[in-house]
Amino acid sequence: MYALAIFLPLIGAILAGFGGRWLHDRGSQIVTCVCMLASAAIACVILAEVALGGAPRTIELFSWINSGTFEVNWTLRFDTLTAVMVFVVTVVSSMVHVYSVGYMSHDPHIPRFMAYLGFFTFFMLMLVTADNLLQMFFGWEGVGLCSYLLIGFWYDKPEANSAAIKAFVVNRVGDFGFALGIMGVFLLFNSISFETIFAAAPDKAQATIHFLGYEMHAMTTLCILLFIGAMGKSAQLGLHTWLPDAMEGPTPVSALIHAATMVTAGVFMVARLSPLFEHAPSALMMVTIVGATTALFAATVALCQTDIKRVIAYSTCSQLGYMFFACGVSAYSAGIFHLTTHAFFKALLFLGAGSVIHAMSSEQDMRKMGGIWKLIPVTYTLMWIGSLALAGIPFFAGYYSKDIIIEAAFGAHSGVGIYAFWMGIVAAILTAFYSWRLIIMTFHGESRADEKTLAHVHESPKVMLIPLLVLAAGAIFAGWLGYEYFVGHDMKAFWGDSIYVLPGTDPIAAAHHVPGWVKLLPIIVAVVGIIGAYYAYMMNKDLPGKVANRFQGIYRFLLNKWYFDELYDFLFVRPSQRLGRALWKDGDGAVIDGLGPDGVASAARYIAERVARMQSGFVYHYAFAMLIGVAGIVTWYLFTRAG
Amino acid sequence: MIDFPILTLTTFLPLIGALAILLIRGDEAVVARNARATALWTSLATFVVSIFLWVGFDNSTADFQFVEKVAWIPSFGLNYHMGVDGISVFFVILSTFLTPICILASWESIQHRVKEYMIAFLVLETLMVGMFCALDFILFYIFFEAVLIPMFLIIGIWGGGRRVYAAFKFFLYTLTGSVLMLIAILVIYFEAETTDIPTLLKTMLDPRTQLWLWLAFFASFAVKVPMWPVHTWLPDAHVEAPTAGSVILAGVLLKMGAYGFLRFSVPMLPYATDFFTPLIYTLSIIAIIYTSLVALAQEDMKKLIAYSSVAHMGFVTLGIFSLTFQGVQGAVVQMISHGVVSGALFLCVGVIYDRIHTREISRYGGLVERMPKYAIVFMVFMLASVGMPGTSGFVGEFLILVGVFQDNTWVAALATTGIILGAAYMLYLYRRVVFGKLEKEDLKSILDLNPREIAIFVPLIIVTLWMGIWPAPFLEVMDASIANLIEQHKTALSALQSVNLPGK
Repeated sequence: MYALAIFLPLIGAILAGFGGRWLHDRGSQIVTCVCMLASAAIACVILAEVALGGAPRTIELFSWINSGTFEVNWTLRFDTLTAVMVFVVTVVSSMVHVYSVGYMSHDPHIPRFMAYLGFFTFFMLMLVTADNLLQMFFGWEGVGLCSYLLIGFWYDKPEANSAAIKAFVVNRVGDFGFALGIMGVFLLFNSISFETIFAAAPDKAQATIHFLGYEMHAMTTLCILLFIGAMGKSAQLGLHTWLPDAMEGPTPVSALIHAATMVTAGVFMVARLSPLFEHAPSALMMVTIVGATTALFAATVALCQTDIKRVIAYSTCSQLGYMFFACGVSAYSAGIFHLTTHAFFKALLFLGAGSVIHAMSSEQDMRKMGGIWKLIPVTYTLMWIGSLALAGIPFFAGYYSKDIIIEAAFGAHSGVGIYAFWMGIVAAILTAFYSWRLIIMTFHGESRADEKTLAHVHESPKVMLIPLLVLAAGAIFAGWLGYEYFVGHDMKAFWGDSIYVLPGTDPIAAAHHVPGWVKLLPIIVAVVGIIGAYYAYMMNKDLPGKVANRFQGIYRFLLNKWYFDELYDFLFVRPSQRLGRALWKDGDGAVIDGLGPDGVASAARYIAERVARMQSGFVYHYAFAMLIGVAGIVTWYLFTRAG
Repeated sequence: MIDFPILTLTTFLPLIGALAILLIRGDEAVVARNARATALWTSLATFVVSIFLWVGFDNSTADFQFVEKVAWIPSFGLNYHMGVDGISVFFVILSTFLTPICILASWESIQHRVKEYMIAFLVLETLMVGMFCALDFILFYIFFEAVLIPMFLIIGIWGGGRRVYAAFKFFLYTLTGSVLMLIAILVIYFEAETTDIPTLLKTMLDPRTQLWLWLAFFASFAVKVPMWPVHTWLPDAHVEAPTAGSVILAGVLLKMGAYGFLRFSVPMLPYATDFFTPLIYTLSIIAIIYTSLVALAQEDMKKLIAYSSVAHMGFVTLGIFSLTFQGVQGAVVQMISHGVVSGALFLCVGVIYDRIHTREISRYGGLVERMPKYAIVFMVFMLASVGMPGTSGFVGEFLILVGVFQDNTWVAALATTGIILGAAYMLYLYRRVVFGKLEKEDLKSILDLNPREIAIFVPLIIVTLWMGIWPAPFLEVMDASIANLIEQHKTALSALQSVNLPGK
């Protein structure tokens, strides 16, 4: 039955994808939604049995690649970490499936869309149930492919196509690290199955590996390589550029893939590989620094964006940073806790934004919104719930998970921990600020939309609102429901062996014992951020413009997302295109062909023409040539004899 | 079963079909129809026969199987000696698998000189299969060289506008290398006094002679692979060749070079192989990065895929010369996979070329609107080419990288950049051809795949996914042979190191 949870989405996708012509729109929607809901139901059972009941298990399917000592099987592994992920993925995915029935109702390609969603869910489940690095890579690439297909779903939009390619290629840069990491793990452990490498990790803690000409600490090297993969998938600083562009895809996709599930795969990976990362303190430091920096960086960019989805996209990027630095200070369970709550409230925010966009006749620019809260009250309320959870206001889901992360960073008492703590605090102010900026710009004040759009504003149909309500319930309750299990008293029993922390250290306990001001500070800054947003965008409406004018440089810098795209374009994209053309025309054309075949051919023709001219037809010419030849041979003969 | 000359049957059955076609007389249309049918049925029968090689194959031994040995020219000690091991058996099947597909692909696009075309293809099949089965050096050389003739004719007669230039370039390039190989074979004959391959595999040649022999073989095989910088014949040949010609060229002919390395250079010349590995690594890395960048700049679909072939074959040579189990096995898998996938990609180009008569990328766009089935098929092979896990391309590529990583991390890291560039140029191609707005007038009435074309693609898709998801049936067959190859190489090297080597 466990395997069914994984394969039902695939079955639904195949039926909808290849039987779309017979099932029609309605049929493919029903098939995929039913499969997905059934899968989610099984996932609940799995969560109860495996995580709460403490009965992890693995299911062997069949062999995959078996080459010498390189043995990889298709295996499904269910421990608590997996069960939590399977639960999150299937629940959010089924809600997104149902929501899409309403959201995509006017689209001409419904079966294709539903099939892509199903394929995505299948690959995501393969990723989280993997029992070895290669199967994880299979899911990893599979979700990347589906993300590519879904970003480019509207294939006649050039921006969507570019964004899709960008997402795939940037992720491939991360995969470069991931793939090398897998090879390195195989070299070190002679296996890539989790069971084996986790068991052998303590023995190899001091091992070294010869990498790129240097003798390096093996665990650190491997973990950094693997983490590069995680950075790509989870859009961390440097490899984040694809995520905002990915918003070109339909909004349900942004909610499912680019907020709740796929982008969290990197966090999952670090938690899953905690038995390796724990032996690589330098790699963990890097995780902390990258995570903390991303948390702040993305929050600053979110301040200035005007596209409603891009604001949320940068917010996702920033929240992923929190999850990473939690892992970096060994508080993996806190990271996964935040991953879970975030999945609910961020999916809620995205789908809520989708509901707004749906109401506004596909308008995404917040500068053309405003004053619509009375027209779509349910959506408005749901956006509030999502934002409260995101900002970490007490008793909403985000409060529990974000606080424990910030406390864990402080509790780590290390240099990078304190750095992460302050980054997290500043990012928390900004988070609250941009969230309410979004709410105010979208729903309050004078309406800036045109008459026609405004006349058309309507609340979304039930099929879209019900999933939102389910997610809202998660955004409200997931925190206190999960707290004791994920990071509280029942933690040990709940996680079992699925997460490893070095014996003798307990970052979560340290987090519970931080001073009172550390516990209070996140709430205070969240409230400050909200008040700030009200002050700037409700009371004193000229202020943002004035600030932007006063600090032109900073404003431009943030508006242009720290110029990452321009920099990459200048450093990588253009040079490789130019280089490609040069190598083709000059390298292949002029040099190789010119000196090689074409050159030889023309030289041959040239010589042949010269030689042909010697065939003059006069006997004495030939006789003379013969004489020279004979003289030459005789001379050579005499010389060699003499020598 | 073993007594039955199954290899001879597989090899010469197509030739019999070719003779039968030769005898067809009558009205031109009738001849064409009969020639097509005869060619298709003959090649299908050959494929069925060759399947028995796989079914009856004994996985537990590295020895040559289905061996046939008849004295041929006794005065020189030459034998008609045929046999396959776990490596060559797949190339035989790959050849017999692709030939019927090629014939089916040429069903409508070849309209003049159909009879001659079909004969050329069947003869080509005989020569290809014979080459992979030959266990006598001279016999091998004859097949190896003779393959050029039908291919030269296929490009030169049924090719595109610059077909004569391309055909000559192809012929001269490959022939130049082959002449050196012939000299090497003669040297071996005089040194070892035999041309029997299984015997030679156990013979140790003088290390210094090995270096020269290795270079002579290298000249021939490197052109065939093709390795950088002797690859420039390939884009031209592909562009001008008819679709089916490109399929065979990419699918089988490119494998002849790598097969040569695997069959001769590595086991017979272990010292030289070890000595020249850095050279191969360097050239392969250049091939992967250089040609990927060049592919990024292409405007012609076939050229793009041709350049991607060079990059993929760069992985193959890396794998072979890593001389690790995973590397070599990955190389063989990659060759089979590339044979299927790049062949299929050329067929994908052929499909739209048959309709619009241009290979220029910018003349297309938005095909998915009118051709959804085609878009799916193209997507599958595009992904396999990119090395998506779950397709055959991934298994080969990843095993190679795992193998190379054990030998040299720098090389592995540089080669891995190929997976980034590969994704870039293939996705960019796919986007320009299949996605986008359907704006061009002549594309608005373009038709989706017809049943014949679907019949061509379905077996290719099945193999691609099968090898990606459950490659065990392929891997098991080659295990023993590859283990033996590596074992022998190691023993030979240690034997050489124990005697004091001159010059090392």
